[in-house]
Amino acid sequence: MQTTADDQALVGRWRLHPRVALRPEPFGALAYHYDNRRLNFLRSPDLVALVEVLESHQSPRMAFDAQGIDARRWPAFQRALTALAASDFLQPVDGRAAQPQATPNSSPDEAGIAT
Amino acid sequence: MESEPTVEAEQTEIAEVTQVAETDERTSSDELLVEEELLVEEISIDGMCGVY
Amino acid sequence: MTALTDELKLGLDAPICLTWELTYACNLACIHCLSSSGRRDPRELSTAEAKAVIDEMRDLQVFYVNIGGGEPMIRPDFYELIDHATTNGVGVKFSTNGSRITADGARRLAETPYTDIQISIDGADEATNDAVRGPGSFATARAAMDHLAAADFGQFKISVVMTRENIGQLDGFEALADHYGAELRLTRLRPSGRGVDSWHRLHPTQDQQLQLYRWLLDRPGVLTGDSFFHLNALGEENLPGLNLCGAGRVVCLIDPVGDVYACPFVLHDEFRAGNVRDPGGFTAVWRSSELFSELREPQSAGACASCGQFDACQGGCMAAKFFTGLPLDGPDPECVSGHGEAPLASVDAGARPQPTSNHSRPVPVALGPTRV
Repeated sequence: MQTTADDQALVGRWRLHPRVALRPEPFGALAYHYDNRRLNFLRSPDLVALVEVLESHQSPRMAFDAQGIDARRWPAFQRALTALAASDFLQPVDGRAAQPQATPNSSPDEAGIAT
Repeated sequence: MESEPTVEAEQTEIAEVTQVAETDERTSSDELLVEEELLVEEISIDGMCGVY
Repeated sequence: MTALTDELKLGLDAPICLTWELTYACNLACIHCLSSSGRRDPRELSTAEAKAVIDEMRDLQVFYVNIGGGEPMIRPDFYELIDHATTNGVGVKFSTNGSRITADGARRLAETPYTDIQISIDGADEATNDAVRGPGSFATARAAMDHLAAADFGQFKISVVMTRENIGQLDGFEALADHYGAELRLTRLRPSGRGVDSWHRLHPTQDQQLQLYRWLLDRPGVLTGDSFFHLNALGEENLPGLNLCGAGRVVCLIDPVGDVYACPFVLHDEFRAGNVRDPGGFTAVWRSSELFSELREPQSAGACASCGQFDACQGGCMAAKFFTGLPLDGPDPECVSGHGEAPLASVDAGARPQPTSNHSRPVPVALGPTRV
């Protein structure tokens, strides 16, 4: 049975949007999107490390595993990635069209987020 | 403090210590899960005091 | 997990909202100018020095800089500096009275990457605006907005300082912003700069503060630059924003001669942390100045500690307290519970701090819509 967290989990290969800058801070990092002027606080150094290597994994779950993130934390990390994708800080790779900003996806399969 | 603890007393003591350890583990893993609640927080850049 | 704001109070490795006043020169003489601008200071940073500051921002990974003045577009190297910033990954947001945004200027700005514009007005009509900003200033600002629209610049901001005289025009400001598809930004009048003298008769009344608070709650899309968090004590709901004084922690100001202040509203020696020309430049000031280290210590609620509203209002604005002569660990002069009234009344007007420098031009602004 799928949980709500699973419904919103990102699938497929994702990466930090090229217009997003990450700046390390004591609590994790600040992330700023130069196109939409949005600012996100990443409140865990583990999350920051994950986002930095995300592109080199086939899916976020594989990245969690490779980064040695405790499975009990995966739902929280999934929520974090979904939040970042929702403000266009993450984008899908592998030939898929980049997500349009703030536009709902027509098909859940296209961009890997169930709407 | 008994100078010569009985086996029974020792076993009780061990059981108590184990129970406390398990509780600690549960608490710290609960804390771990609770701590993970909000890993990403968005702040509006206009929500900061400045002139522009 | 600690609250994000608790971590922010301890300071960041680089500011988020950095304000940089490029020049004290200005063609206007607004009554409440918080930098007391008018005449250029001969010690202004040179083009090379300004570019070095931008290079530091790049190295600190400052995402964007808020540029103002005086009137920043008066600087002959204005475009050169904003180009240097944007090509080095530092976004530019600048505030202007619009006098240099001609039709050509608007087209040029429309082509600059990551450059956001904010146009200042203080009235929804000419009479109200010009009473504060001087004759012709409303027409100038409107012309600039029209030019930006014609040049397809995209969305810009309209920024208003709320006073006793214009609180009644809230809907008018909204309509003006809607007309241009612009974002509306309302900010608090601080008793800073030239505002020291006019604050007592221009700041909103308690009734008007309540009116403003409710109007803003109904319109979460209206920006406030977190300037009204002292109003949060009025109700159950907080206005959007960080709801804290970020001076020296999240924000700071660089002035035209390179002095670094805790925030744009405290241009006074007491809140001067250093100068970008000092060894180590801006970075050393931000990271290790004595003033900023002090501000990053936990601050005491002081006299406000026993008030149930302190969590909501955080004791209000440091600059508002300082320039009205109130103690920093006590109520804001506009405390919505009225706790600022008695302290204010007992301040000797002569004892109030004056801004450390004054670049005002000697010609006073005529009050009222007179034609020169």
